[in-house]
Amino acid sequence: MLHINCPFCGLRAQKEFAYGGDATVKRPEINKEVSKEEWDNFVYMRKSPRGKHIELWHHISGCRQWFKVQRDTATHEIFKTAKMSEEIV
Amino acid sequence: MRQSHRLNNIGLINRDKVITFNFNGKSYQGYEGDTLASALLANGVHLVGRSFKYHRPRGFIGAGVDEPNAKLQVTINGHSEPNINATEIELVDGLSATSQNCWPSVEFDIGAINNFLKRFFPAGFYYKTFMWPKSFWYKVYEPFIRKAAGLGVASLEKDKERYEHKFEYCDLLVTGSGPSGLASAYAAAKNGAKVILAEDKPRYGGTLLTDDVSIDNMSGKDWSEKIISELKTMPNVTLKNRSQVFGYYDHNMMVMFERVGDHLSNKSKYTPRQRLWYIRAKETILSTGSIERPIVFGNNDTPGVVLSSAAKEYMKVYGVLVGRKPIIFTNNDSAYETAFEFKKNNVEPIILDTREEHDSEVVQEAKNKGIQIKFSYGVIVANGYKKVKSAKIGKLTKDKKSLESTETINCDCICVSGFWTPTVHLASQSGNKLKFDEKIDAFIPDKSKQNEKTIGAANGSFTLQETIESAFKTGSELSSKITDKNNENKIPTVTETKYSVHDKFWCMPLPKNGNPKRFVDFQNDVAVSDIEIALREGYRSIEHVKRYTTLGMATDQGRTSNLNGLQMVSNIENKIVPEVGHTTFRPPFTPITIGTIVGREVGMEFMPTRKTPMHDWHEKNNAVFVDAGAWKRPRYYKQGNETLLEASKREAKNVRENVGICDVTTLGKIDIKGPDAAEFLNRVYTNAWLKLPVGKARYGVMLREDGMIMDDGTTTRISENHYHMTTTTAQAANVLSHLEYYLQIVWPELNVNVVSTTEQWAGAAIAGPKSRDMLSKLFPDLDVSNEALPFMGYIESNLFGVPARIFRISFSGELAYEVNVESNYGLFMWEKMMEIGQEFNNQPYGTEALSTLRIEMGHVAGPELDGRTIPQDVSLDGLVSKKKDFIGKNSLGKEAFTLENRQKIVGLVPTDRKSSIPEGSHLVENEKAKLPNPKLGHVSSSCWSVENNNPFSLAIVNDGKNMIGKKLFAVSPLKNTSIEVEIISSHYVDPEGKRVRS
Repeated sequence: MLHINCPFCGLRAQKEFAYGGDATVKRPEINKEVSKEEWDNFVYMRKSPRGKHIELWHHISGCRQWFKVQRDTATHEIFKTAKMSEEIV
Repeated sequence: MRQSHRLNNIGLINRDKVITFNFNGKSYQGYEGDTLASALLANGVHLVGRSFKYHRPRGFIGAGVDEPNAKLQVTINGHSEPNINATEIELVDGLSATSQNCWPSVEFDIGAINNFLKRFFPAGFYYKTFMWPKSFWYKVYEPFIRKAAGLGVASLEKDKERYEHKFEYCDLLVTGSGPSGLASAYAAAKNGAKVILAEDKPRYGGTLLTDDVSIDNMSGKDWSEKIISELKTMPNVTLKNRSQVFGYYDHNMMVMFERVGDHLSNKSKYTPRQRLWYIRAKETILSTGSIERPIVFGNNDTPGVVLSSAAKEYMKVYGVLVGRKPIIFTNNDSAYETAFEFKKNNVEPIILDTREEHDSEVVQEAKNKGIQIKFSYGVIVANGYKKVKSAKIGKLTKDKKSLESTETINCDCICVSGFWTPTVHLASQSGNKLKFDEKIDAFIPDKSKQNEKTIGAANGSFTLQETIESAFKTGSELSSKITDKNNENKIPTVTETKYSVHDKFWCMPLPKNGNPKRFVDFQNDVAVSDIEIALREGYRSIEHVKRYTTLGMATDQGRTSNLNGLQMVSNIENKIVPEVGHTTFRPPFTPITIGTIVGREVGMEFMPTRKTPMHDWHEKNNAVFVDAGAWKRPRYYKQGNETLLEASKREAKNVRENVGICDVTTLGKIDIKGPDAAEFLNRVYTNAWLKLPVGKARYGVMLREDGMIMDDGTTTRISENHYHMTTTTAQAANVLSHLEYYLQIVWPELNVNVVSTTEQWAGAAIAGPKSRDMLSKLFPDLDVSNEALPFMGYIESNLFGVPARIFRISFSGELAYEVNVESNYGLFMWEKMMEIGQEFNNQPYGTEALSTLRIEMGHVAGPELDGRTIPQDVSLDGLVSKKKDFIGKNSLGKEAFTLENRQKIVGLVPTDRKSSIPEGSHLVENEKAKLPNPKLGHVSSSCWSVENNNPFSLAIVNDGKNMIGKKLFAVSPLKNTSIEVEIISSHYVDPEGKRVRS
């Protein structure tokens, strides 16, 4: 079970969180024309990298905040967590 | 009964308490503090089971977790469990055990015929033999093999025992209380660290209980007792015996299995049998010690062949002799200690040492004690079927590959030692890549991957001096990193025998005549010849050899067999062991019960139960409940001998004719506040929300980004910047996460807050033509006319002093209202409604009637909104705005979504107007067509229409728009039905929606 550092609550067991997918995906802006390709990329296309990956987690049994986690998908090592307003470089 | 092999003056058992137990129908006696194994051996019983494949007689080899053979079916307190390791279970009153894998008895086992057919059962036998004909596998081969193989029998009774889970955090977890564990835990505790020390056995001390050493002029046992008693007084230390750390998981989480009640004969009702600990440790010290490995020789599985360390433990801890005429067969010095112990107890051992004559400290001592030693000697074959009677021994040639001479000597046990294998399972599970240590012929941990450090014998350090020093140092360093304290430790002085080098010898050559089996893996019956076959047949990777031969795949995880197997492969392949590599170590280290994994989460405690505030009333009024997620909802209120169908028809009919009330508390409720709330709703729902006036509700549909419907419900504008959203019961949690996702991630610029208020409000729907009359009696001061409170209107009022929200919304399609009050007043509201409703023939209705009402109205719900439908499919395209953007809108333009013959919701009635159509039935044109019969759609919801008094269903059908009037067949292979149906509109009752507006 992972130990995840919620930027708002601190280190908590994975049980308290829900996984939310790739955090680098950006939704096309609302009320703007988007090409079919751009839209399909947003809805369906995801990379499945081996290694470092920035992903979303949701502290559902805690503060209910979504935040970013930089994790190694192969080793589960967590390098960093950050609020949505913060960048992970 | 006499315990024939019990010694009088030695052992840590409690001789004041005699325990009577039963083995294979015979009664025996042992003492408190015995394991089942030591008690059986005390009675001279070696034969305990039959081997897995050849059904050969098997006895004890080890004295702890290393035991591969003694897996018994054990019954305690009427609870029977298979595959219990006799060397680990403690003796308790009334314990009864039987051998497994034998019939009719362990003494006479018919399956042993396999042993004489063994030439026909080589490695891969099953793979090769049962390949064809293919159809035979299922009906002939598999049932036969299943019957012949396998270990014990799982109980079919419900497990009545109690199991618990515990979550714990600590600075330092120490796994194993041998010298290294004790010293490191002590050093860390002195630094003020929060320490958990886990010991698998009932007694702390590990090898200190059996090794002939002294620490600070105390015996090993006394020193360990002193340290333990000191640790017990420290508040920052948790000591846990009977606790096996069996798994090392991510982020330094260890899982430990504690046997809490197994050894208690009178345990209280609330004492759990076993407990599973999830321990998150900042640092972990792996002081798991090492396990002695056997030397491979002919018939080395005969009962009476034991590990030399086990023989010593049986003497020193349990006061039990494994035999009175022992051969000590060794390639190293440590087994000499076993010989000394025999001698001390007036038994004359003979030592066979594979090494050439040499003059180390132990050899000197043995000679001084007058013990006979034969150098360059080994056991070639053990003779005897159910018990060792003699041994054919032989002198090894210089290269040790053949025999110079052989002779036979009498013996009743063979204590074998092939040197020591560090227990590296946990280190390996942590991600540590192991390295091969040439000095000890075994793998030890390499660089730490997580916050773990391996010390002592587990790290290949086999001298006590080195172990104690490094343990104090490591315990001190790791803890001071956390506590910032640095207590000065006085390292104790250690006296121990200095050992000379061991012999890299692991397998005796075969005699000239005869071809006895030489077992490498006892539990899975893998012999040297099986590994040879695997290699001959081209298996090279050690992982493949393992799977083909099943070497090391048994429940003992190859604790005694792995390294010998690797040596074997490397010898044949002419490689060195590190090149061959090792197989993966996986948790659990020892088998654990399913009960512990499940813990308290069984039966009613499997998940939380959510009850509405009106639950008790429902219960008292004969409600039959149905699970809706974690919620319990009344399905119907049973009157007399009514069936489900009869009751739901009665309740639904009463709503259509009079009035009914339904507990709708379980609907998801979300409070939405903020100046941008209207804009937010406008983006979330497919229809327009900017112009919804205060005091009005609106029905909305929300999509996922892929265009599929996510959920539907009504949202009401309570005040300018305040909305009350309802969701379906099932989707409540998902919708909240969905809203939070968009507010926190996609549109953080929107000033909106959302919070779940599902449990804050109790809700009741009042539905039926008389609902307005009833409402006016509930709120006598309120104008509830159609003008004052029109369809989709909202008013706040008070229900006999209780603040209430009144929504004029309808799921049943009748004139209807929903009243919400704060949860604490839910029961009050419900009882008032029942009381006041009497004069209008009000009846409560459950989910079954609710479904009937909505289905015949053509209102969609979960079965239609199944994540595979877009708004058009369920005739909700009228709610899709063409003007504005919303979540999922771009997907609706996809080609497949705009096809002319797109699937659509329709209604179905059976042509006979009698046969109920099973939900999930497939719609086909020709019921008799050859399979695969093209499927045109499926039945999503079915009911008995109370309005028309015949069955009615909703279905999603290809090209549904143009199918009205056609006839199809609803086929359900599951229910074995085929019903001719006519396709009609999905709105079966009141298609214009007049009633809700009346």
